[in-house]
Amino acid sequence: MTTFPDDSILVLVEATPSGEPAKSAAGLLGAASGIGTPVALIVAHPGRGPEAAAACGALGAEHVLVAETEAATAWLAVPAADALASAADLVRPDAILISNSADGRDVAGRFAARTRSAVAVDAVGVARDEEGIVAHHSVYGGAYNVHSAPTFGAPVITVREGAVDARAEAVEPAVEMLDVTPSGAAAASIELFEEQSVESSRPELRGAAKVVAGGRGLSSEEQFALVDQLADVLGAAVGASRAAVDAGYVPNSHQVGQTGVSVSPQLYVALGISGAIQHRAGMQTAKTIVAINKDPDAPIFDIADFGVVGDLFQVVPQLIESLSARKE
Amino acid sequence: MKIIVLMKEVPDTYGERTLNLETGLAERGATEAVLDEIGERALEAALSSAEKIDGSEVIVLSMGPATAAATLRRALAMGAAKLVHISDEKLSGADLGLTADVLAAAIRRIGFDLVITGNLSTDGSGGVLPAMLAEILGVPHASTLNSVEISAGRLEGTREANGGVMTVATELPALISITDRFPAARFPNFKGIMAAKKKPVEMLTAAELGVDSDALDNPRSIMISVSEKPPRSAGTKIVDEGDGGKKLAEFLVQNRLA
Repeated sequence: MTTFPDDSILVLVEATPSGEPAKSAAGLLGAASGIGTPVALIVAHPGRGPEAAAACGALGAEHVLVAETEAATAWLAVPAADALASAADLVRPDAILISNSADGRDVAGRFAARTRSAVAVDAVGVARDEEGIVAHHSVYGGAYNVHSAPTFGAPVITVREGAVDARAEAVEPAVEMLDVTPSGAAAASIELFEEQSVESSRPELRGAAKVVAGGRGLSSEEQFALVDQLADVLGAAVGASRAAVDAGYVPNSHQVGQTGVSVSPQLYVALGISGAIQHRAGMQTAKTIVAINKDPDAPIFDIADFGVVGDLFQVVPQLIESLSARKE
Repeated sequence: MKIIVLMKEVPDTYGERTLNLETGLAERGATEAVLDEIGERALEAALSSAEKIDGSEVIVLSMGPATAAATLRRALAMGAAKLVHISDEKLSGADLGLTADVLAAAIRRIGFDLVITGNLSTDGSGGVLPAMLAEILGVPHASTLNSVEISAGRLEGTREANGGVMTVATELPALISITDRFPAARFPNFKGIMAAKKKPVEMLTAAELGVDSDALDNPRSIMISVSEKPPRSAGTKIVDEGDGGKKLAEFLVQNRLA
């Protein structure tokens, strides 16, 4: 039987419907490699394990545990929590890292409650000191930095998507099939799954490296297309303020802010967004913030690295033209 | 059918929220306290489901300081039959594990067919509590639902996951968490506000629920440092004089962002 390094960090790698590691895996394994030896757990469809394991190795997992089961697409959270419990038993890691996605949080919650582990949520980074693993959090919309640690034991840490830039080097992983002991815990059943057809090649808002967001200043659903156009030139995801969502310009899955999606991209472009605290809470940890607004006193300018006071219907088309010209 | 809704008082997100830099705890007095909006939507979901099922009862459960009672009373005015308020100095700063133990003990004591929670609070934004409670209570849970149909003994809902839409179902008893796709909560009317004054409010402590908040045999997550991030400072601000778009393009290119 394989022995796992003393400084193992167990990473739950979520799989996409087609069986590849989810986008969050690179950041999780990158974070794990900074504090110990990354050990990946992937729950895959029968037969899909080896391919998924190789993909985990390419992202830096030195060991990969593969749990092949059909249960994970039939029942919510419990099969993955059972696999994680079996993996943790085997690996005895110093910490467990899970994506702070809806499904990741469910598995983290069930696993932590079952094993009585300390939980640290929505971490933006992890570190190791002489006493163990420390989670770094950015709370109240990035206004405070908080560090947390468990009193003892391995913490379960959910990591904010897109928050960790570190990437681990590709390795040839040691792969092992994992025997999962079913817990028998009651679960909700998945009756139907419909993959949504991808309407554009635009990146997903959550975890995107660049975001272009529009607010009430766009004035109508038709004119919101300007946000889409700039996003496509920059290769960015499309976001919106709550005001734009409430006005019906875009579906609420685009909402950035306290009650929508929190993003920490490299670049955040705010078009016609005043920058209410509620909105800033979801984006002010962006590395670079750019804003265009006709109101020179809009609070968004207080946090913008580059602000243009002007009519966005003049400025944005010129910006698109300039950027497109450079590409040619 | 007995439906328990988890609600809590949070600092209003439309105000500047502060943490005490010595204790790491929220400064409760610093901003206006409101019911978390997602909890109000959860209550609305419970009330509208209860209206369709005879003999249904909606009970609101909350854990928080005694001062939250006034805010929580709004839930009774909206139509909940009873409020169970766990208020205990010893639970100040409780981590997720302790919070889950206390809430699960209260849920068991009340008894339930369905527990409804918000998917994420606006203050802690942890989002793991629903799954923790389901695990402790030994019931199925369906999380981050965008819609739900509840009938006696069973529920079915939809959720977004993994780049698609999922239909999930479970028998009751169960626990669900809902997203802000759910309808906004009703406003309490005058009749509701008057009726709320006569509705029962049960106050409980951790000890009364049989949870030892001082026990050290389980690991707890503790805050080891808290600091205020230096506020982001404003950078360059220009007024468009017909070349704003070009200047912005230059800024993006220089910073390797385009």
